[in-house]
Amino acid sequence: MHPAFSVVFLTTLIGVGQGLFLAVFTGQSYSAVELLPTEDSVMFYGTGAMIALGFLVAGLIASVFHLGRPERAWRAATRWRTSWLSREVIALPAVMGLVFIYAIMHYFGWDTVIFTSSTGARLQATLVVGTLGAVATFALFLCTGMIYAAVKFLQEWATPLTVINYLLLGTMSGFTLAVAFASYTAPDLVGFFAVWTTIITVAAFITRMASLIRNNNIKYKSSMQTALGIRHSQIQQKSMGFMGGSVNTRDFFHHKTLMFMKNIKWIFILLVFPIPLFFMWMGINSGNSNVMLTAFIIQYIGLLAERWFFFAQANHPQNLYYQTVG
Amino acid sequence: MTQLALVIDLNVCVGCHACVTSCKEWNTSGPAGTMCDDNPYGESPTGTFFNRVQTYEVGVFPNTETVHFPKSCLHCEDPPCVPVCPTGASYKRENDGIVLVDYDKCIGCRYCSWACPYGVREIDEHEKVMKKCTLCVDRLYDESLPEAERKPACVMACPTSARLYGDVHDPESEVSVAIRENGGYALMPEWGTKPSNHYLPRRKTRLHIHEDELQRADNPLTKEQREHAAPVEGPILDDTTSW
Ligand code: SF4
Ligand code: SF4
Repeated sequence: MHPAFSVVFLTTLIGVGQGLFLAVFTGQSYSAVELLPTEDSVMFYGTGAMIALGFLVAGLIASVFHLGRPERAWRAATRWRTSWLSREVIALPAVMGLVFIYAIMHYFGWDTVIFTSSTGARLQATLVVGTLGAVATFALFLCTGMIYAAVKFLQEWATPLTVINYLLLGTMSGFTLAVAFASYTAPDLVGFFAVWTTIITVAAFITRMASLIRNNNIKYKSSMQTALGIRHSQIQQKSMGFMGGSVNTRDFFHHKTLMFMKNIKWIFILLVFPIPLFFMWMGINSGNSNVMLTAFIIQYIGLLAERWFFFAQANHPQNLYYQTVG
Repeated sequence: MTQLALVIDLNVCVGCHACVTSCKEWNTSGPAGTMCDDNPYGESPTGTFFNRVQTYEVGVFPNTETVHFPKSCLHCEDPPCVPVCPTGASYKRENDGIVLVDYDKCIGCRYCSWACPYGVREIDEHEKVMKKCTLCVDRLYDESLPEAERKPACVMACPTSARLYGDVHDPESEVSVAIRENGGYALMPEWGTKPSNHYLPRRKTRLHIHEDELQRADNPLTKEQREHAAPVEGPILDDTTSW
Protein backbone atom coordinates (compact mmCIF):
# COMPACT_ATOMS: atom_id res chain seq x y z
CA MET A 1 0.00 0.00 0.00
CA HIS A 2 1.02 3.60 -0.38
CA PRO A 3 1.66 4.97 3.11
CA ALA A 4 -0.44 8.12 3.44
CA PHE A 5 1.30 10.51 5.77
CA SER A 6 -1.95 11.58 7.35
CA VAL A 7 -2.57 8.03 8.52
CA VAL A 8 1.04 7.49 9.59
CA PHE A 9 0.77 10.57 11.83
CA LEU A 10 -2.75 9.76 12.99
CA THR A 11 -1.89 6.29 14.22
CA THR A 12 1.43 7.20 15.83
CA LEU A 13 0.16 10.38 17.50
CA ILE A 14 -2.93 8.85 19.05
CA GLY A 15 -0.74 5.93 20.12
CA VAL A 16 1.44 8.29 22.14
CA GLY A 17 -1.61 10.06 23.57
CA GLN A 18 -3.28 6.80 24.58
CA GLY A 19 -0.05 5.42 26.04
CA LEU A 20 0.69 8.56 28.01
CA PHE A 21 -2.79 8.61 29.46
CA LEU A 22 -2.48 4.96 30.46
CA ALA A 23 0.86 5.76 32.11
CA VAL A 24 -0.49 8.71 34.08
CA PHE A 25 -3.54 6.73 35.11
CA THR A 26 -1.41 3.73 36.11
CA GLY A 27 0.58 6.08 38.32
CA GLN A 28 -2.58 7.29 39.98
CA SER A 29 -4.07 3.84 40.50
CA TYR A 30 -0.85 2.60 42.10
CA SER A 31 -0.93 5.58 44.45
CA ALA A 32 -4.57 4.88 45.31
CA VAL A 33 -3.53 1.55 46.78
CA GLU A 34 -0.47 3.22 48.23
CA LEU A 35 2.12 1.44 46.17
CA LEU A 36 3.36 4.80 44.90
CA PRO A 37 3.40 8.25 46.45
CA THR A 38 0.54 10.50 45.39
CA GLU A 39 1.62 13.19 42.97
CA ASP A 40 0.50 16.72 42.57
CA SER A 41 -2.93 16.72 40.92
CA VAL A 42 -2.34 19.75 38.76
CA MET A 43 1.32 19.29 37.90
CA PHE A 44 1.36 15.59 37.19
CA TYR A 45 -2.06 14.00 36.64
CA GLY A 46 -3.76 17.08 35.22
CA THR A 47 -0.92 18.24 33.00
CA GLY A 48 -0.03 14.71 31.97
CA ALA A 49 -3.58 14.03 30.82
CA MET A 50 -3.62 17.38 29.02
CA ILE A 51 -0.44 16.50 27.12
CA ALA A 52 -2.01 13.15 26.21
CA LEU A 53 -5.07 15.05 24.98
CA GLY A 54 -2.78 17.25 22.90
CA PHE A 55 -1.41 14.20 21.09
CA LEU A 56 -4.92 12.84 20.52
CA VAL A 57 -6.06 16.16 19.07
CA ALA A 58 -2.96 16.34 16.86
CA GLY A 59 -3.79 12.83 15.61
CA LEU A 60 -7.36 13.85 14.90
CA ILE A 61 -6.14 16.85 12.91
CA ALA A 62 -3.79 14.60 10.92
CA SER A 63 -6.70 12.27 10.12
CA VAL A 64 -8.68 15.11 8.59
CA PHE A 65 -6.07 15.37 5.84
CA HIS A 66 -6.83 11.79 4.87
CA LEU A 67 -10.49 12.50 4.15
CA GLY A 68 -11.65 13.81 0.82
CA ARG A 69 -14.70 15.39 2.42
CA PRO A 70 -13.86 16.12 6.07
CA GLU A 71 -16.92 18.32 6.43
CA ARG A 72 -19.03 15.17 6.29
CA ALA A 73 -16.90 13.29 8.81
CA TRP A 74 -19.74 13.10 11.34
CA ARG A 75 -21.45 10.61 9.05
CA ALA A 76 -18.61 8.20 9.73
CA ALA A 77 -20.03 7.44 13.16
CA THR A 78 -23.16 5.86 11.71
CA ARG A 79 -22.00 2.40 10.61
CA TRP A 80 -20.47 1.13 13.84
CA ARG A 81 -22.37 -2.12 13.49
CA THR A 82 -20.20 -3.29 10.62
CA SER A 83 -17.23 -0.98 10.19
CA TRP A 84 -14.17 -0.85 12.44
CA LEU A 85 -13.38 2.54 10.97
CA SER A 86 -16.72 3.79 12.17
CA ARG A 87 -16.06 2.30 15.60
CA GLU A 88 -12.76 4.15 15.72
CA VAL A 89 -14.52 7.35 14.80
CA ILE A 90 -16.67 6.86 17.91
CA ALA A 91 -13.91 5.61 20.22
CA LEU A 92 -11.48 8.45 19.49
CA PRO A 93 -13.73 11.31 20.68
CA ALA A 94 -14.84 9.13 23.60
CA VAL A 95 -11.22 8.74 24.72
CA MET A 96 -10.59 12.44 24.16
CA GLY A 97 -13.66 13.40 26.17
CA LEU A 98 -12.78 11.13 29.10
CA VAL A 99 -9.15 12.24 29.14
CA PHE A 100 -10.33 15.84 29.10
CA ILE A 101 -12.74 15.29 32.00
CA TYR A 102 -10.02 13.44 33.88
CA ALA A 103 -7.60 16.34 33.39
CA ILE A 104 -10.18 18.97 34.35
CA MET A 105 -11.14 17.10 37.52
CA HIS A 106 -7.51 17.03 38.55
CA TYR A 107 -6.98 20.71 37.72
CA PHE A 108 -9.90 21.88 39.76
CA GLY A 109 -9.52 19.29 42.48
CA TRP A 110 -13.00 17.81 41.89
CA ASP A 111 -11.89 14.65 43.48
CA THR A 112 -14.27 13.42 46.10
CA VAL A 113 -13.27 10.23 47.80
CA ILE A 114 -16.14 7.89 47.07
CA PHE A 115 -15.01 5.07 49.25
CA THR A 116 -12.18 4.24 51.66
CA SER A 117 -11.36 0.66 52.45
CA SER A 118 -10.30 -0.56 55.88
CA THR A 119 -6.71 -0.84 54.60
CA GLY A 120 -6.72 2.82 53.64
CA ALA A 121 -7.12 2.41 49.87
CA ARG A 122 -9.18 5.28 48.47
CA LEU A 123 -11.58 5.23 45.57
CA GLN A 124 -11.63 8.73 44.12
CA ALA A 125 -13.95 10.15 41.50
CA THR A 126 -10.97 10.68 39.17
CA LEU A 127 -10.17 7.00 39.42
CA VAL A 128 -13.63 6.12 38.16
CA VAL A 129 -13.32 8.50 35.21
CA GLY A 130 -9.75 7.29 34.64
CA THR A 131 -10.89 3.67 34.55
CA LEU A 132 -13.53 4.52 31.96
CA GLY A 133 -10.84 6.38 30.03
CA ALA A 134 -8.52 3.38 30.18
CA VAL A 135 -11.27 1.06 28.93
CA ALA A 136 -12.02 3.46 26.08
CA THR A 137 -8.30 3.68 25.32
CA PHE A 138 -8.02 -0.09 24.97
CA ALA A 139 -11.15 -0.10 22.82
CA LEU A 140 -9.55 2.53 20.61
CA PHE A 141 -6.40 0.44 20.21
CA LEU A 142 -8.60 -2.49 19.25
CA CYS A 143 -10.51 -0.42 16.67
CA THR A 144 -7.36 1.04 15.14
CA GLY A 145 -5.74 -2.38 14.86
CA MET A 146 -8.87 -4.04 13.53
CA ILE A 147 -9.26 -1.47 10.74
CA TYR A 148 -6.18 -3.10 9.24
CA ALA A 149 -6.51 -6.63 10.57
CA ALA A 150 -10.06 -6.94 9.25
CA VAL A 151 -9.16 -6.58 5.57
CA LYS A 152 -8.55 -10.24 4.96
CA PHE A 153 -6.84 -10.01 1.59
CA LEU A 154 -4.20 -7.62 2.89
CA GLN A 155 -2.55 -10.71 4.27
CA GLU A 156 0.31 -8.86 5.99
CA TRP A 157 -2.28 -7.16 8.18
CA ALA A 158 -4.85 -9.89 8.63
CA THR A 159 -3.49 -11.25 11.89
CA PRO A 160 -4.12 -10.64 15.61
CA LEU A 161 -0.50 -9.47 15.76
CA THR A 162 -1.59 -6.26 14.06
CA VAL A 163 -3.88 -5.37 16.97
CA ILE A 164 -1.30 -6.44 19.54
CA ASN A 165 1.36 -4.32 17.86
CA TYR A 166 -0.84 -1.23 17.79
CA LEU A 167 -1.54 -1.73 21.47
CA LEU A 168 2.04 -2.38 22.55
CA LEU A 169 3.77 0.16 20.30
CA GLY A 170 1.35 2.91 21.29
CA THR A 171 1.58 2.13 24.99
CA MET A 172 5.35 1.88 24.74
CA SER A 173 5.73 5.34 23.20
CA GLY A 174 3.39 6.84 25.80
CA PHE A 175 5.35 5.29 28.66
CA THR A 176 8.65 6.48 27.19
CA LEU A 177 7.21 9.98 27.16
CA ALA A 178 5.89 9.46 30.69
CA VAL A 179 9.43 8.80 31.91
CA ALA A 180 10.63 12.14 30.57
CA PHE A 181 7.49 13.89 31.77
CA ALA A 182 7.85 12.42 35.27
CA SER A 183 11.48 13.49 35.43
CA TYR A 184 10.32 17.10 35.06
CA THR A 185 7.25 16.95 37.28
CA ALA A 186 7.35 13.91 39.56
CA PRO A 187 10.91 12.58 39.84
CA ASP A 188 9.97 9.80 42.28
CA LEU A 189 7.93 8.10 39.53
CA VAL A 190 10.76 7.94 36.99
CA GLY A 191 12.01 4.56 38.15
CA PHE A 192 8.51 3.09 38.14
CA PHE A 193 7.78 4.25 34.60
CA ALA A 194 11.24 3.25 33.39
CA VAL A 195 10.70 -0.35 34.47
CA TRP A 196 7.30 -0.50 32.79
CA THR A 197 8.70 1.15 29.66
CA THR A 198 11.42 -1.47 29.49
CA ILE A 199 8.95 -4.33 29.92
CA ILE A 200 6.54 -2.99 27.31
CA THR A 201 9.35 -2.20 24.88
CA VAL A 202 10.67 -5.74 25.10
CA ALA A 203 7.17 -7.13 24.66
CA ALA A 204 6.55 -4.86 21.66
CA PHE A 205 9.89 -5.87 20.18
CA ILE A 206 8.94 -9.53 20.41
CA THR A 207 5.50 -9.11 18.82
CA ARG A 208 6.72 -6.76 16.09
CA MET A 209 9.52 -9.18 15.22
CA ALA A 210 6.97 -11.98 15.21
CA SER A 211 4.88 -10.10 12.66
CA LEU A 212 7.96 -9.36 10.52
CA ILE A 213 8.89 -13.03 10.50
CA ARG A 214 5.32 -14.03 9.74
CA ASN A 215 5.16 -11.59 6.85
CA ASN A 216 8.45 -12.82 5.44
CA ASN A 217 6.93 -16.25 4.98
CA ILE A 218 3.54 -15.25 3.66
CA LYS A 219 1.99 -17.36 0.94
CA TYR A 220 -0.27 -15.19 -1.16
CA LYS A 221 -3.63 -16.64 -1.91
CA SER A 222 -4.19 -14.63 -5.05
CA SER A 223 -2.10 -14.99 -8.15
CA MET A 224 -2.19 -13.98 -11.78
CA GLN A 225 -4.05 -17.24 -12.37
CA THR A 226 -6.87 -16.53 -9.92
CA ALA A 227 -6.98 -12.85 -10.84
CA LEU A 228 -7.66 -13.61 -14.49
CA GLY A 229 -9.01 -17.12 -14.17
CA ILE A 230 -6.56 -18.42 -16.75
CA ARG A 231 -4.77 -21.65 -16.02
CA HIS A 232 -1.25 -21.13 -17.27
CA SER A 233 1.98 -20.63 -15.40
CA GLN A 234 3.20 -17.99 -17.84
CA ILE A 235 1.03 -14.91 -17.83
CA GLN A 236 2.45 -11.50 -18.58
CA GLN A 237 0.66 -8.23 -18.51
CA LYS A 238 1.17 -6.21 -21.67
CA SER A 239 -1.08 -3.28 -20.90
CA MET A 240 -2.95 -2.08 -17.83
CA GLY A 241 -5.28 -0.10 -20.01
CA PHE A 242 -3.71 3.34 -19.60
CA MET A 243 -0.30 4.94 -19.56
CA GLY A 244 -0.45 7.99 -17.31
CA GLY A 245 -1.16 6.23 -14.02
CA SER A 246 -4.35 6.18 -11.99
CA VAL A 247 -5.49 5.85 -8.42
CA ASN A 248 -4.73 2.15 -8.79
CA THR A 249 -1.06 2.77 -9.45
CA ARG A 250 -0.73 5.61 -6.93
CA ASP A 251 -2.65 4.37 -3.88
CA PHE A 252 -1.65 0.75 -3.66
CA PHE A 253 2.10 0.70 -4.02
CA HIS A 254 4.94 2.46 -2.22
CA HIS A 255 7.08 3.04 -5.35
CA LYS A 256 10.33 2.47 -3.46
CA THR A 257 13.12 0.03 -4.14
CA LEU A 258 13.58 -3.24 -2.33
CA MET A 259 16.78 -1.81 -0.89
CA PHE A 260 14.92 1.15 0.58
CA MET A 261 12.38 -1.20 2.17
CA LYS A 262 15.14 -3.30 3.71
CA ASN A 263 16.94 -0.25 5.08
CA ILE A 264 13.87 1.34 6.57
CA LYS A 265 13.09 -1.92 8.32
CA TRP A 266 16.43 -1.99 10.08
CA ILE A 267 16.27 1.72 10.81
CA PHE A 268 12.92 1.42 12.54
CA ILE A 269 13.96 -1.65 14.50
CA LEU A 270 16.94 0.29 15.89
CA LEU A 271 15.14 3.59 16.43
CA VAL A 272 12.08 2.13 18.10
CA PHE A 273 13.55 -0.46 20.44
CA PRO A 274 17.21 -0.44 21.58
CA ILE A 275 18.26 3.19 21.08
CA PRO A 276 15.42 4.83 23.07
CA LEU A 277 15.88 2.30 25.88
CA PHE A 278 19.57 3.12 25.95
CA PHE A 279 18.97 6.88 26.03
CA MET A 280 16.26 6.52 28.64
CA TRP A 281 18.45 4.59 31.06
CA MET A 282 21.41 6.88 30.31
CA GLY A 283 19.23 9.86 31.14
CA ILE A 284 18.03 8.24 34.34
CA ASN A 285 21.55 7.34 35.43
CA SER A 286 22.83 10.85 34.79
CA GLY A 287 19.63 12.47 36.03
CA ASN A 288 19.30 14.40 32.79
CA SER A 289 15.64 14.94 31.80
CA ASN A 290 16.52 16.20 28.35
CA VAL A 291 18.21 12.92 27.51
CA MET A 292 15.04 11.10 28.55
CA LEU A 293 13.03 13.38 26.30
CA THR A 294 15.49 12.67 23.49
CA ALA A 295 14.75 8.98 23.99
CA PHE A 296 11.08 9.69 23.31
CA ILE A 297 11.79 11.86 20.26
CA ILE A 298 14.04 9.20 18.73
CA GLN A 299 11.42 6.57 19.40
CA TYR A 300 8.70 8.67 17.82
CA ILE A 301 10.77 9.17 14.67
CA GLY A 302 11.37 5.42 14.67
CA LEU A 303 7.63 4.84 14.98
CA LEU A 304 6.99 7.03 11.95
CA ALA A 305 9.36 4.76 10.02
CA GLU A 306 7.71 1.70 11.54
CA ARG A 307 4.25 2.86 10.47
CA TRP A 308 5.48 3.79 7.01
CA PHE A 309 6.88 0.28 6.67
CA PHE A 310 3.70 -1.27 8.04
CA PHE A 311 1.68 0.29 5.24
CA ALA A 312 4.28 -0.16 2.52
CA GLN A 313 4.73 -3.83 3.30
CA ALA A 314 1.10 -4.74 2.74
CA ASN A 315 0.66 -6.13 -0.73
CA HIS A 316 -2.78 -5.55 -2.17
CA PRO A 317 -4.05 -8.20 -4.61
CA GLN A 318 -5.24 -5.46 -6.97
CA ASN A 319 -1.57 -4.87 -7.80
CA LEU A 320 -1.73 -8.08 -9.82
CA TYR A 321 -3.74 -6.13 -12.37
CA TYR A 322 -1.31 -3.21 -12.51
CA GLN A 323 2.13 -4.42 -13.42
CA THR A 324 3.02 -3.00 -16.81
CA VAL A 325 2.43 0.34 -18.43
CA GLY A 326 1.66 -0.10 -22.09
CA MET B 1 -34.17 -12.02 -5.98
CA THR B 2 -32.65 -10.27 -8.91
CA GLN B 3 -28.91 -9.84 -9.36
CA LEU B 4 -28.05 -7.79 -12.39
CA ALA B 5 -24.58 -8.36 -13.76
CA LEU B 6 -22.37 -8.57 -16.79
CA VAL B 7 -20.87 -11.59 -18.44
CA ILE B 8 -17.72 -10.87 -20.39
CA ASP B 9 -16.65 -13.25 -23.08
CA LEU B 10 -12.85 -13.30 -23.24
CA ASN B 11 -13.12 -15.43 -26.33
CA VAL B 12 -14.72 -12.59 -28.21
CA CYS B 13 -13.24 -9.42 -26.76
CA VAL B 14 -10.82 -7.80 -29.20
CA GLY B 15 -9.57 -5.14 -26.79
CA CYS B 16 -10.95 -2.17 -28.73
CA HIS B 17 -11.74 -0.08 -25.61
CA ALA B 18 -15.13 0.94 -27.00
CA CYS B 19 -16.71 0.00 -23.67
CA VAL B 20 -14.15 2.14 -21.82
CA THR B 21 -14.87 5.26 -23.80
CA SER B 22 -18.62 4.85 -23.97
CA CYS B 23 -18.69 4.20 -20.21
CA LYS B 24 -16.76 7.36 -19.51
CA GLU B 25 -18.85 9.35 -21.96
CA TRP B 26 -22.16 8.25 -20.49
CA ASN B 27 -21.16 8.51 -16.87
CA THR B 28 -19.28 11.78 -17.07
CA SER B 29 -22.31 13.45 -18.66
CA GLY B 30 -24.78 12.12 -16.14
CA PRO B 31 -26.56 13.86 -13.29
CA ALA B 32 -24.02 12.46 -10.80
CA GLY B 33 -21.41 14.88 -12.07
CA THR B 34 -18.27 14.58 -14.12
CA MET B 35 -15.56 11.99 -13.72
CA CYS B 36 -12.26 13.76 -13.47
CA ASP B 37 -9.97 13.75 -16.47
CA ASP B 38 -6.63 15.49 -16.09
CA ASN B 39 -4.28 16.10 -18.98
CA PRO B 40 -6.44 14.15 -21.42
CA TYR B 41 -4.23 15.12 -24.35
CA GLY B 42 -1.03 15.74 -22.39
CA GLU B 43 1.93 13.66 -21.52
CA SER B 44 0.47 11.63 -18.69
CA PRO B 45 -3.30 11.65 -18.84
CA THR B 46 -5.03 10.42 -15.71
CA GLY B 47 -8.55 10.33 -14.47
CA THR B 48 -11.40 8.29 -13.10
CA PHE B 49 -12.71 5.38 -15.09
CA PHE B 50 -15.30 2.79 -14.13
CA ASN B 51 -14.06 0.29 -16.64
CA ARG B 52 -10.62 -0.56 -17.97
CA VAL B 53 -9.48 -3.00 -20.64
CA GLN B 54 -6.17 -4.66 -20.00
CA THR B 55 -4.09 -6.94 -22.15
CA TYR B 56 -2.21 -10.05 -21.16
CA GLU B 57 0.00 -12.47 -22.97
CA VAL B 58 -0.42 -16.09 -21.98
CA GLY B 59 2.27 -18.65 -22.73
CA VAL B 60 5.79 -18.45 -24.13
CA PHE B 61 6.64 -17.48 -27.67
CA PRO B 62 5.77 -18.94 -30.13
CA ASN B 63 2.92 -20.54 -28.24
CA THR B 64 1.36 -17.35 -26.98
CA GLU B 65 -2.11 -16.04 -26.86
CA THR B 66 -3.28 -12.48 -26.32
CA VAL B 67 -6.09 -12.03 -23.84
CA HIS B 68 -7.93 -8.74 -23.61
CA PHE B 69 -9.44 -8.39 -20.22
CA PRO B 70 -12.12 -5.79 -19.42
CA LYS B 71 -12.40 -5.08 -15.71
CA SER B 72 -15.01 -3.14 -13.77
CA CYS B 73 -16.87 -3.56 -10.49
CA LEU B 74 -18.13 -7.12 -10.31
CA HIS B 75 -21.14 -6.24 -8.12
CA CYS B 76 -20.21 -9.00 -5.70
CA GLU B 77 -23.00 -10.89 -3.97
CA ASP B 78 -21.00 -10.66 -0.75
CA PRO B 79 -19.18 -7.38 -1.31
CA PRO B 80 -16.37 -6.75 1.19
CA CYS B 81 -16.39 -3.07 0.21
CA VAL B 82 -19.83 -2.46 1.73
CA PRO B 83 -19.59 -3.38 5.45
CA VAL B 84 -16.31 -1.49 5.88
CA CYS B 85 -17.77 1.84 4.83
CA PRO B 86 -18.12 3.99 7.98
CA THR B 87 -20.82 6.22 6.52
CA GLY B 88 -23.08 3.79 4.72
CA ALA B 89 -22.29 5.60 1.46
CA SER B 90 -21.24 2.30 -0.04
CA TYR B 91 -24.25 0.00 -0.32
CA LYS B 92 -25.77 -2.90 -2.19
CA ARG B 93 -29.28 -2.51 -3.52
CA GLU B 94 -31.76 -5.07 -2.27
CA ASN B 95 -33.92 -5.15 -5.37
CA ASP B 96 -31.33 -5.71 -8.09
CA GLY B 97 -28.01 -6.35 -6.33
CA ILE B 98 -26.19 -3.37 -7.81
CA VAL B 99 -23.41 -2.04 -5.55
CA LEU B 100 -23.42 1.75 -5.48
CA VAL B 101 -21.78 4.70 -3.76
CA ASP B 102 -23.90 7.56 -2.51
CA TYR B 103 -21.75 10.51 -3.58
CA ASP B 104 -23.56 12.81 -1.15
CA LYS B 105 -22.62 10.71 1.86
CA CYS B 106 -19.11 9.54 0.97
CA ILE B 107 -16.35 11.19 2.98
CA GLY B 108 -13.59 9.96 0.67
CA CYS B 109 -11.79 7.89 3.29
CA ARG B 110 -10.75 5.28 0.68
CA TYR B 111 -11.32 2.40 3.07
CA CYS B 112 -13.66 0.65 0.64
CA SER B 113 -11.05 0.77 -2.11
CA TRP B 114 -8.67 -1.04 0.22
CA ALA B 115 -11.37 -3.58 0.87
CA CYS B 116 -12.02 -4.43 -2.78
CA PRO B 117 -9.54 -7.08 -3.93
CA TYR B 118 -10.13 -6.23 -7.60
CA GLY B 119 -9.03 -2.59 -7.57
CA VAL B 120 -12.12 -1.28 -9.29
CA ARG B 121 -12.98 1.58 -6.94
CA GLU B 122 -11.31 4.80 -7.93
CA ILE B 123 -11.48 7.96 -5.89
CA ASP B 124 -12.30 11.01 -7.95
CA GLU B 125 -9.38 13.33 -7.28
CA HIS B 126 -11.51 16.40 -7.94
CA GLU B 127 -14.80 15.57 -6.28
CA LYS B 128 -12.99 13.66 -3.53
CA VAL B 129 -15.54 10.89 -3.38
CA MET B 130 -15.28 7.23 -4.25
CA LYS B 131 -16.52 6.23 -7.68
CA LYS B 132 -17.09 2.95 -9.39
CA CYS B 133 -19.22 1.20 -11.99
CA THR B 134 -22.93 1.76 -11.40
CA LEU B 135 -23.95 -0.78 -14.04
CA CYS B 136 -25.50 2.33 -15.61
CA VAL B 137 -28.28 2.22 -13.08
CA ASP B 138 -29.49 5.48 -14.61
CA ARG B 139 -30.19 3.74 -17.92
CA LEU B 140 -31.65 0.44 -16.73
CA TYR B 141 -34.96 1.82 -15.46
CA ASP B 142 -35.24 4.94 -17.62
CA GLU B 143 -38.58 4.65 -19.36
CA SER B 144 -37.75 7.49 -21.71
CA LEU B 145 -35.22 5.23 -23.38
CA PRO B 146 -36.38 2.64 -25.89
CA GLU B 147 -36.49 -0.73 -24.19
CA ALA B 148 -33.57 -2.09 -26.18
CA GLU B 149 -31.37 0.67 -24.82
CA ARG B 150 -32.15 0.06 -21.16
CA LYS B 151 -28.81 -1.60 -20.56
CA PRO B 152 -25.32 -0.49 -19.63
CA ALA B 153 -23.53 1.83 -22.06
CA CYS B 154 -20.60 -0.59 -22.36
CA VAL B 155 -22.90 -3.40 -23.47
CA MET B 156 -24.46 -1.14 -26.08
CA ALA B 157 -21.04 -0.09 -27.36
CA CYS B 158 -19.32 -3.45 -27.67
CA PRO B 159 -18.94 -4.14 -31.40
CA THR B 160 -18.31 -7.85 -30.90
CA SER B 161 -21.04 -8.48 -28.32
CA ALA B 162 -18.42 -9.67 -25.86
CA ARG B 163 -20.48 -8.12 -23.05
CA LEU B 164 -23.74 -9.68 -22.03
CA TYR B 165 -26.05 -8.15 -19.47
CA GLY B 166 -28.85 -9.64 -17.43
CA ASP B 167 -30.07 -11.26 -14.23
CA VAL B 168 -27.66 -13.95 -13.13
CA HIS B 169 -30.19 -15.29 -10.61
CA ASP B 170 -32.70 -16.12 -13.30
CA PRO B 171 -31.56 -19.53 -14.54
CA GLU B 172 -33.08 -18.98 -17.97
CA SER B 173 -31.59 -15.56 -18.65
CA GLU B 174 -29.08 -15.13 -21.45
CA VAL B 175 -26.30 -14.53 -18.94
CA SER B 176 -27.10 -17.56 -16.81
CA VAL B 177 -27.22 -19.80 -19.85
CA ALA B 178 -23.91 -18.40 -21.06
CA ILE B 179 -22.28 -18.98 -17.66
CA ARG B 180 -23.71 -22.47 -17.41
CA GLU B 181 -23.01 -23.64 -20.91
CA ASN B 182 -19.77 -21.88 -21.69
CA GLY B 183 -17.83 -22.36 -18.49
CA GLY B 184 -18.38 -18.94 -16.92
CA TYR B 185 -16.20 -18.31 -13.90
CA ALA B 186 -15.63 -15.72 -11.16
CA LEU B 187 -12.41 -13.79 -10.45
CA MET B 188 -10.39 -14.50 -7.29
CA PRO B 189 -12.84 -17.02 -5.87
CA GLU B 190 -10.47 -17.48 -2.91
CA TRP B 191 -11.89 -14.43 -1.13
CA GLY B 192 -15.49 -15.57 -1.05
CA THR B 193 -16.77 -12.31 -2.51
CA LYS B 194 -19.02 -14.18 -4.95
CA PRO B 195 -18.70 -11.78 -7.86
CA SER B 196 -21.88 -11.45 -9.89
CA ASN B 197 -20.04 -10.57 -13.08
CA HIS B 198 -18.64 -13.64 -14.74
CA TYR B 199 -16.06 -14.24 -17.41
CA LEU B 200 -16.26 -16.76 -20.22
CA PRO B 201 -12.94 -18.42 -20.94
CA ARG B 202 -11.06 -18.54 -24.22
CA ARG B 203 -12.29 -21.45 -26.24
CA LYS B 204 -10.29 -23.15 -28.98
CA THR B 205 -12.10 -24.19 -32.12
CA ARG B 206 -10.32 -27.35 -33.14
CA LEU B 207 -10.92 -29.38 -36.28
CA HIS B 208 -10.61 -33.08 -35.65
CA ILE B 209 -9.95 -35.04 -38.83
CA HIS B 210 -10.10 -38.74 -38.43
CA GLU B 211 -8.34 -41.09 -40.80
CA ASP B 212 -11.74 -42.42 -41.81
CA GLU B 213 -12.58 -39.01 -43.13
CA LEU B 214 -9.50 -38.87 -45.34
CA GLN B 215 -10.06 -42.26 -46.79
CA ARG B 216 -13.64 -43.43 -46.83
CA ALA B 217 -13.98 -46.73 -45.09
CA ASP B 218 -16.86 -47.55 -47.37
CA ASN B 219 -15.04 -46.60 -50.55
CA PRO B 220 -16.49 -49.09 -53.07
CA LEU B 221 -13.14 -49.49 -54.77
CA THR B 222 -11.55 -50.65 -51.53
CA LYS B 223 -14.49 -52.82 -50.79
CA GLU B 224 -14.32 -54.64 -54.04
CA GLN B 225 -10.58 -54.83 -53.70
CA ARG B 226 -10.13 -53.47 -57.16
CA GLU B 227 -6.67 -52.14 -57.75
CA HIS B 228 -5.87 -49.29 -60.09
CA ALA B 229 -3.99 -50.35 -63.14
CA ALA B 230 -0.25 -49.91 -62.79
CA PRO B 231 1.09 -46.67 -64.34
CA VAL B 232 1.77 -47.01 -68.03
CA GLU B 233 5.40 -46.95 -69.07
CA GLY B 234 6.43 -44.58 -71.87
CA PRO B 235 4.74 -41.49 -73.29
CA ILE B 236 1.05 -40.99 -72.79
CA LEU B 237 -1.36 -38.63 -74.44
CA ASP B 238 -0.82 -35.91 -71.82
CA ASP B 239 2.84 -35.72 -72.64
CA THR B 240 2.28 -34.82 -76.23
CA THR B 241 -0.85 -32.75 -76.33
CA SER B 242 -1.48 -29.43 -74.83
CA TRP B 243 -5.05 -28.49 -74.29
S1 SF4 C 1 -15.84 -5.74 -7.32
FE1 SF4 C 1 -14.97 -4.60 -5.62
S2 SF4 C 1 -16.16 -2.71 -5.56
FE2 SF4 C 1 -17.33 -4.16 -6.80
S3 SF4 C 1 -18.73 -5.13 -5.33
FE3 SF4 C 1 -16.92 -6.46 -5.49
S4 SF4 C 1 -15.61 -5.78 -3.82
FE4 SF4 C 1 -17.12 -4.16 -4.13
S1 SF4 D 1 -14.51 6.28 0.53
FE1 SF4 D 1 -16.70 6.77 0.73
S2 SF4 D 1 -17.78 4.92 0.07
FE2 SF4 D 1 -15.65 4.34 0.49
S3 SF4 D 1 -15.62 3.65 2.62
FE3 SF4 D 1 -15.10 5.81 2.67
S4 SF4 D 1 -17.07 6.86 2.94
FE4 SF4 D 1 -17.55 4.76 2.31
